[in-house]
Amino acid sequence: MLPFRIERPRTVNEAINAAAAGGRYIVGGTTLYDLMREEVERPERLVDINGLPLYGVSVDNGAVVIGALTKMSDVAANPDILHMHPIVSETLVEGASPQLRNMASIGGNLLQRVRCPYFRMLDAACNKRAPGTGCSAIDGMNGGTAIFGTSSSCIATHPSDLAVTLVALDATMKVRGPKGERIFPVSQLYRMPGTTPHLEHTLMPGELIIEVRIPAYQGRRTGRYLKVRDRSSYEFAVVSSAAILELNGGTITQACVAVGGVGTVPWRMPKVEAALTGKPASREVFEQAAAVSLEGHKALPGNHHKADLLPRTIVRSLELARDAA
Amino acid sequence: MSRRDVLNLAGAAASVTVIPTVAGSAKSQSAAQPGTMPVSFTVNGQRQQLSIDPRQSLLDVLREKLDLTGAKKGCNQGACGACTVLVNGRRVVSCLTMAATQQGAEIVTIEGLASGDQLHPLQQAFIEHEGLQCGFCTPGQIMSGVACIKEGHARSPEEIKYWMSGNICRCGAYPGIVAAVADAAKRS
Repeated sequence: MLPFRIERPRTVNEAINAAAAGGRYIVGGTTLYDLMREEVERPERLVDINGLPLYGVSVDNGAVVIGALTKMSDVAANPDILHMHPIVSETLVEGASPQLRNMASIGGNLLQRVRCPYFRMLDAACNKRAPGTGCSAIDGMNGGTAIFGTSSSCIATHPSDLAVTLVALDATMKVRGPKGERIFPVSQLYRMPGTTPHLEHTLMPGELIIEVRIPAYQGRRTGRYLKVRDRSSYEFAVVSSAAILELNGGTITQACVAVGGVGTVPWRMPKVEAALTGKPASREVFEQAAAVSLEGHKALPGNHHKADLLPRTIVRSLELARDAA
Repeated sequence: MSRRDVLNLAGAAASVTVIPTVAGSAKSQSAAQPGTMPVSFTVNGQRQQLSIDPRQSLLDVLREKLDLTGAKKGCNQGACGACTVLVNGRRVVSCLTMAATQQGAEIVTIEGLASGDQLHPLQQAFIEHEGLQCGFCTPGQIMSGVACIKEGHARSPEEIKYWMSGNICRCGAYPGIVAAVADAAKRS
């Protein structure tokens, strides 16, 4: 590991100033510290923000507000989350291990880096790690890569489960930086790779995630997160689906579906949602809607199984959501 | 003579390969020696004021500075759970915990579980249920199990399996591990 300096700012403003001057924020370190050891990440200056007062979950006019430093395990066990958005708890508990969930913050979870094997291999070409060197995955080991949002520069999948569910819930985030505060949808945090896969998010230098807000909703809502993977716990998704339904009698009045494991960013499915709205919550309708999910996908020899799994995973998650009502 | 003394003797006689740690990583040898920084935390009830290399993990500080070698270095990337310890009452993987971020923390390792000669109930249960074969993963399993019980995630074998999945046992002693956690949960 290369040497670095680490500082412990006492206030949010001190932290922002340190990060704007080139520091990298660190909380649990479950991604960054690991990648520093591999020398994939080489920060010269770390800003330890564990001491900042950005913890906890609160309810504000029906919206749920999660402090960016709150640990995954604390959000998963929070009574307001369990009561108002059990899908968030389910999503978090399906991710990582109990130990890592005690360490990783919500803000860090959203900014975790990809799990493409070549990203970690210093001697392999990877445009995300070393821009301009090429993508080893396109003609290499690509069983875990994306089928949506890929480019000729990068096909790595976004690894966060939580981001998928937050995108389905239309969650927003508040960030603060040298130029003040911004609020924007979580979906706008992410950049598709295009020709610049090393640029993964839309935060400006020094900007710090302050909180995530899940908006209030009306009516009766039910949601489930289904994660399909190589073993039954502690593994990244092959395909996952966050399905949220508002039901009136047996009719779907609103549907929100986002999927993981298949996109270079968390992937919302507006056409699937449109095909569900106003229809009965039946398996037949779910299957018809899920058939639309593959529109625009691009599979490779190594990952075409994801195209088989995706509609089935969506159908099953919709059934689970309906049956949870 | 402790178990470790025996291992040390055996190591000296067999001239075991030394695995390079933190500062000695081959990749970093050309790097300038960095400065150290002060950090203080409590380990098994004892206050420790240390001067550390900011690159050091909590695991390396425990093993190499404090001679607490119960927590094991398995994968060193947060995947196997052999290095599990409690920080402020919660289980974490100490290999991915930067010691520099642990100012003021209260840390408990496997060495801090027993009271004198009286084993912790989960340690005793691991013996009774044969929750181990080679023993390498055992300190991590037990620390994780202690937390699993305290969290209330040990109400059924299925639940224990799910909530212990951050700890890998390559000998495959899982049936005994699950039985030990279930038994200790009932007794506590």
